[in-house]
Parts: sequence; C-alpha cells; structure tokens
Amino acid sequence: MALQLIAYAVALSLLSGVVGLAASRYRQLLRWACFPLLGLSGLAAATGGLLALTGEPAAAQLPLGLPWLAWSVRVDALAGFILLLIGVVVFAVAVFGPGYTREFLHGRHSLAALGVFTGLFVAGMQLVVIADDAFMFMVAWELMSLSSYFLVAFQHENAANRRAAFLYLLMAHVGGLAILLGYGVLAAFGGGFTFEAMRAAELPQLWAGVAFALAFFGFGMKAGLVPLHAWLPEAHPVAPSHISALMSGVMLKVAIYGFVRVTFDLIGTVQVDWGVIVLLAGSLSALLGVLYAMQQTDIKRLLAYSSIENVGVIFMALGLAIIFLASGHPLLGSLGLIAALYHALNHALFKSLLFLGAGAVIQQTHQHSLEHMGGLLKRLPYTGTFFLIGCLSIASLPPFNGFASEWLTLQTALQGVVLDSGVLRIVIPVTAAMLALTAALGAMLFVRLYGIAFLGQPRTRQARQAHLPSFGMRAAQGLLALLCLLLGVLPALSIDVMGAIPQALGGLPEPGITGQGWLWLTPVSAAAASYSAPLVLLGLGLAWLLFYLLLHGRNHQRVRRIHPWDCGFGPLSPRMQYTATAFAQPVRRIFQPVWLLEEKVERLSDDKSGQLTSLRHQLLVTDRSWKVLYEPAGRWVISAARRIALLQSGNVRTYLSYSFFTLIFLLWLIS
Amino acid sequence: MADLLNLQGWLLALLQTALFVTAAPLLVGWLRLLKARLQNRRAPALTQPYRDLTKLFRKEAIVADTASPLFRAAPYVVFSATVVTAAVIPLLAVHLPTAIIADVIVLVGFLGLARFFLALAGMDAGTAFGGMGSSREMTIASLAEPAMLMAVFTLTMTAQSTNLSHAIDFLLAQGVVLRPSFMFALLALLLVAVAETGRVPVDNPTTHLELTMVHEAMILEYSGRHLALMEWAAQLKLMIYGVLIANIFLPWGIAVENTPTALLVGLGAIAGKLMLLCVVLAVSETVLAKMRLFRVPGYLNLAFLFALLGMLSHVILEVGA
Repeated sequence: MALQLIAYAVALSLLSGVVGLAASRYRQLLRWACFPLLGLSGLAAATGGLLALTGEPAAAQLPLGLPWLAWSVRVDALAGFILLLIGVVVFAVAVFGPGYTREFLHGRHSLAALGVFTGLFVAGMQLVVIADDAFMFMVAWELMSLSSYFLVAFQHENAANRRAAFLYLLMAHVGGLAILLGYGVLAAFGGGFTFEAMRAAELPQLWAGVAFALAFFGFGMKAGLVPLHAWLPEAHPVAPSHISALMSGVMLKVAIYGFVRVTFDLIGTVQVDWGVIVLLAGSLSALLGVLYAMQQTDIKRLLAYSSIENVGVIFMALGLAIIFLASGHPLLGSLGLIAALYHALNHALFKSLLFLGAGAVIQQTHQHSLEHMGGLLKRLPYTGTFFLIGCLSIASLPPFNGFASEWLTLQTALQGVVLDSGVLRIVIPVTAAMLALTAALGAMLFVRLYGIAFLGQPRTRQARQAHLPSFGMRAAQGLLALLCLLLGVLPALSIDVMGAIPQALGGLPEPGITGQGWLWLTPVSAAAASYSAPLVLLGLGLAWLLFYLLLHGRNHQRVRRIHPWDCGFGPLSPRMQYTATAFAQPVRRIFQPVWLLEEKVERLSDDKSGQLTSLRHQLLVTDRSWKVLYEPAGRWVISAARRIALLQSGNVRTYLSYSFFTLIFLLWLIS
Repeated sequence: MADLLNLQGWLLALLQTALFVTAAPLLVGWLRLLKARLQNRRAPALTQPYRDLTKLFRKEAIVADTASPLFRAAPYVVFSATVVTAAVIPLLAVHLPTAIIADVIVLVGFLGLARFFLALAGMDAGTAFGGMGSSREMTIASLAEPAMLMAVFTLTMTAQSTNLSHAIDFLLAQGVVLRPSFMFALLALLLVAVAETGRVPVDNPTTHLELTMVHEAMILEYSGRHLALMEWAAQLKLMIYGVLIANIFLPWGIAVENTPTALLVGLGAIAGKLMLLCVVLAVSETVLAKMRLFRVPGYLNLAFLFALLGMLSHVILEVGA
C-alpha cells in the first residue's frame, strides 16, 4: 500500500513535468495543472511515507534498468520519514506556487522549463529515497541534481545567476563522483550493486574508512558542510523562491538521508574517529554558517547561509550518534540519530516557511536587500505573523519545534560522560557549548532579519506599497507555521512515530524518549532530564491571560498613539533607523578573522571651506573559503589542464602514434 | 511524572511563583538601599520599586504611531516568559511539580524567548536607539549564553541530571564537598549573571546616556503599564539569576519536604542568601566603573574560560575519583 502510494507520487510529479512541457504555449497550465499535480504528488508521498514509517518495509523490482541489473525499490521507516518530509513541503510549495508564479506569466521566462524541471526535480528526490540499489540511486541523484541546475539557471539573463548555476553543477558533480566511488568500494566488497549485497558485505577497516570518507565528502558537499558549502549560498537564492524552499528545505535533507543510509545502514559498523570528524565538521559548519549569515543583507542569501548552520547542527547530532554507537552505547546512538532526524524534519518545515515568506516579500516589494524593507508586518500581516513563527522556530526558542530538536541534541551531548576516552569527554561538552553559541547567534540573526524587514518604518517606497499576497501563498505559509507549532508543542507524539527508524537501520534499539507519555520528553531517564512542551505552552498562556485580564480590566482604552521620541529634533525619517549592516557590526568586530572584510569610506568635502559634504561607506564581506580553498583549487585545475593540453598538438600523425603505442602497450599488458 | 497529580504540590508551586514574582521588586529595593549607603547617599525606601510599578500601572500607555501590534504584545510575552522561568526554579522547596516541566536548558530557552521579543520590540518603533540597544543586547547575550550553559553543564554532569530539583537533591545528599569545578563554574555564572541582568560594569540600569545604554535603549519607547511589565520582568530576571546561583551552589536550607517548618526555614535561607549576594553585587557595582562596549567580549571570554576550566577540572579531577 505504502509502495503503491509512493509510486503514484512519483508518477504524478513526472506527469506534472510532462504537462509542464505545454506551458510555454498555454501559460496558465503551469498554475492550474502543474502545481495541482505536484500537490497531489506531495499528498501521496506524505501519506505513503507515513504508512511506511509506521508499517513494515516493502520492496519491489521495477521493469527498468539494465538487462542484468533491474532497478529495485524499497521503503523502510527511514525512507518513509524522508518521503513524509518531502511530501509535506512539496504540498505546501504546490499551494504557494500558483500565486507566486503569476508574475512570471507575462515575462520572457520559459514557463515550460519551470514546469518540466520542477516535476523532474521532485520525482528525482522521491526516487533517490526509495532506491534500493546504487545504480538507481545514482540515476535518481543525477536527475535531482541536473533538473535543479536548470531551476537555478531559470532567470539566466543575469550573469551572476549563470555563474551560480555553473558552480552548482560543478560542485554537484564533484560530490556525485565521490558518492559513486563510495558505492564502488561497497559494491566491490559486497559483490553487487544492490543495497542488500552491500549490507551483507564485510569490509576491512581501511576500506570501510575509505567508503565512509567518500560518502561523507559527497553527501556533505550536497548538504553544504563547511568548507564545501560555497555553492549553496550562490545557488539557492537565485532560484525562484518556491524552488529555494524545495532546495534548502528538502534537497539538503535528501543528502542527509544518503549519508545516514550509507553510514548507518550499508557500512553498518561505524568507528569512533568518523564520529569525531563528523561532529567537528558539523560544529564548524554550524558556527561559520550562522556567522556568515549574520553579515548578509540579501534576505535569501541570509536564509541559505542559515541552512548551512542547521545542516551543521544535524551533522553534530549524527556525529554524536556515530561516537556513541561505535563505543558500545546503542541506546544513546539512537537518541542522537532521532535528534538529528527530528531537526532535519523541523528544518525542512521552518526553512521552507521562511523561504516562502521571503518569496512573498520579494514579490510584493521587488526588493532583495533587507536595507530596502521595513515595516512589512503592518502591510503583510499574515506573512509577517507566519514569518515570526518561522523565526522563533529557527532561533530554537521554546515552545517551538527548533527548540525541541536542539534540546535533544544537547541532551545527547551531555551524555558524553559515559564514554571512556577522557579527550572525548572534554571535546563533546565543548561542542555542546559551540551549539549553544550557534543557537544564541541564530537568535540574534533572526532578530536582525525580522526586526529590519518586518518592523520599524518602511525604508523604501516599494516597501511602503506592499500588498497582501494571494490566498494560496498565505495558506501555504499558514500550514507550515501550524506544523512548526504542532511539532514544537507535541514533540513526544511526533518522536513516537519516528521510533521505528533506528530499528530499520541495522536493528538499533528504540530510545525511550517518549517513555513517560505524550506530555513528556525524557531522553535518558525521567530523573536525568525532562521537558514538557504542552505544559510550558499552558504555563505561558496562563501567565499571559492572567496579566492581560488584570491590566485590561481597568484601563484598556487608555492607549495613546503619538510619534516616537525624537530627542526634540523634529520628525524621525526612516533612514535614521538602525540598518542591517549596523546591527551586525558588533559581531563583525568580535569575530573579525572569520570574514574577508573590505571597508571603504569616501569623504567628499567642499573645496573652499573644507567642510564635509558627503560621506559614502562601502562594506564588502566575502567568504574566506574562496580565498583559501576555491581559488587555489581552481588555479590548480587550470594549470593542470594546460599541462595535459600539451598532448593535444593538432597533428594527425602524433595522434596516430598515440593510438599505436597504446595498442602496443595493451597487447603487452594482456599477453 | 507521578508528581503531576499532586494538588498540594501545585498549590505550593503557585504560591512559590507568586512569592517569587512579588519579591523581585523588593530585592531591587534592597540592592538600591545598599548601593546608596555605600555611596554615602540617603537611600530611597525599601518599597520604592513597588511604588514605581504602581505609578506606572496607573498611568496611560503611549505607543509610537510607527509601531506594529507586536510592540503592544511584547511586554506580555516578555513578562510571561520570565514568570514561567521563575515558576520552574526551586525557590523554597525542591520537590514541586513545576520543576519537572522544564530543565535548566529550557530555562535558558525561556530567557532567550523573553530576550527575543524584547529586542524585536526595541526595533519596532523604528528609532535609532531601539536598534542600537537590540543589537548590543543580542551580541552580549550570544556571548554570555555559551558561558552560562558551559557552567551549568559542569554542574549537571556532576549531578547527572539537567533537572534543577534533581541536581539540588544530589548536591544536598553529597554534603559539603569542595569541588574545584564548582568554584570555576560559580565564578563563570557570577560574571554571566552580571552581564545578563544588565548591571555595572556591562550595562548601567540607571543610565540614560545614549551611547552607553543597552537595556534602557530597547525600552525607551515604552510607557505606562507596558513599561511597568518590562521593568518588572527585568527585576524578576535579576532575582532569577540570584536564586539560581544561591540554590545551585549553596543549596543548604532549601526545603526537601513540603512541611510548614521546612518551608519557613527555606524562606529564611533564601532570603539570607539573596541579601548576601546583593551585598556582593552592590560592592562590585560601587567599586567598578562601566566598561566600554567592546571590552565586554573580553569580559565574557573570561567567563567562558572559567566555565571551560570548571569543565576540564571536572573531567580530569573528579570523574572516576
């Protein structure tokens, strides 16, 4: 049943892509056929995923593939969980899409490209998750990568977008190659491309390490781990916003799915060192991600960098899980795994919510920079409220969902005392403190984003004239916001459903997080830690109600509206507000070595009197990884290519001699 | 989780919360009195903070016309989040049903929630001061939070529970043991508490000088009952940190059983501990000058360093010993 529904989901998203072909001629088809089909596909995937999560694993063979290598598909609890995540976000995007793409109808953009590749992209992601052999996995993976390339390049009239798309394509293929090689190692020892054979394979420690390193590199690149992240903040923001939501919200989770599948399921026996590497890489990504995000003024770039932060958090929890599993604490290992996957689900929800909100804002104001927004909460009340819920969730504040998963991650980290290694017992709490720093900086980041964009006075005419977005756009955001709140307030119920996932990954035990009933999260034992989100919400609500009634019973009419305090100098103009750049200045100063900063101040003064007439301040913040990693690597590739190009003389006789000598060499080799 | 259906416990918890909330202005009054004495001034009455609050509650509220609805909601959110924080901290008695609802990490989360709305409210009126205050507050908080959690982790790793009541239980059962890790954690938490509650040398609660204010800059646009709620929440926060430090590091005297005598002893004990802590704070505020904003990261790094040393000495000296 589950498998059938998922098959329908894939078929529907492919159908949506096929219908999209006609959208260049019948432009309304995109809105009234492609998106509804996509929404149905999302619903089917979510239902199928939920059934698979709670039911038995199901497998089937497809009449596709190579003659001796039929494609096989299988859904277990883990695949079901990721499908559920994909389905929910795809559904929300499909509800959001018709309103959002209205502005593309009269442009010169190819709507066929948008329709076709969105369908293929979604189908690719769904296929990756259900693939049960490396061959089908790679085909689906490439389908996902390539179709999303075209979506990134959708607005290709802009040179920066073309560059971002090319970078994305390049990095996706370097990563894809690593994954392919990783599967190669596993297939060589397992004697086949099916996951079944790989699971059964007994790998020597060294080769297991090689396979893990390749998988970590490949999937880590797709997930945007620092320092392999440079493509992400370039590519995610330039796609249309609903696609950005899919890429940041869902595609990164598919990469995490791949990592979990290969590491915990296919390789199986993990080693402590791997966990330490994953943990440290995760901490680095989390911290640098949030610091880089803090300096962005483009709303979508900021959100993309914040995805790097959250992926870092997920990998931290995965690293902890690996460490605990490898040192013989399977219960704590499952706890880390659940924390990671729960954060993945939460991130999918709030990040898509924020990207959809950003899309609505950009559609209404035609501004990408925070410095040109302001006062939007009054003009877009629904988007503003839902966006606030997204900000609260991503800033990991109780009782929202981001907090529940970060709390679980911290609780996992605090169990580091059970380990025998003294070094690990110190390193793990320090990474937990890094997580706390990341969370606190994250809160500052989202105060900055929300405060500058939605509060205060409008900084531009466009921001002042923003109107309500269409009903579908609001409904999609409302749905995601509601889910954020529900998963935050009832974490025990959702984690209860996830309990089958560790079992599906080589029979790990189910952690007793929800052992005390639906009210409580008790990750280790009731005495060690407990958190009851429903009661917390109740307490907050009661305290609010009590004081609201106390105060409003007496003087509720007595609120006077007046202009804000201007120090007696006359009315305040919107330009006197704190800017996004100014808001981040203290952090910029404290963590200075993290960025490459170029600051220029131009002073123009009057020739005669020498009085200052105008002042221009310019700040350029660049990712340090470009200078340290990418530019040297790029130069090296080009110089290596030049050397190799010496072979290409253009002379036919030389080429013939190459073939001749190769032939001789091969004959010598086989004889 | 069986404690949850204990009516007497809930009643006691409500009473304790009410006491916590109503005693917070008194603590500030006591602190002001001490400071005035130390500075050779005539002190205001001990009940002055109550009079200020009543005055503000009676006055009409003025709201900037540029502000959004969030501006009016924020004081309630800030205040409720702070009250809920106070509700889960053991003040007089350890075994109360509220203590298991949230552990110490959630508690930090509540304070974070209050701060988030406070900072947003600062930016809502669209003035330069508000944004400045929010930016500074969030910067200081983001550096203070890891130091605080690190110090708390040292404690929770010793007690093997992040639940405050369980941790205090554990410490009481241990008796008086001198732990180097606790000394460092205490130092770290003291430094963090000063930064988080906006006291000298990090921020000055009595200043209205544009270039130095942090907390005051954010609430500059508030008046009337909104201002009263914000001020009360700040006073409550001071008391929260005081009670945390007092009851974690010197838990003796707190009621383990919910009997009237034990509770009275607990009340006396916490009052004494808080009064002493206020003396320490008043002396340090009198002898220290406020530092420049960009010296604050160094100060908080020191706190983090202490917390780290506490963690290291816990892992190296105490585990297995």
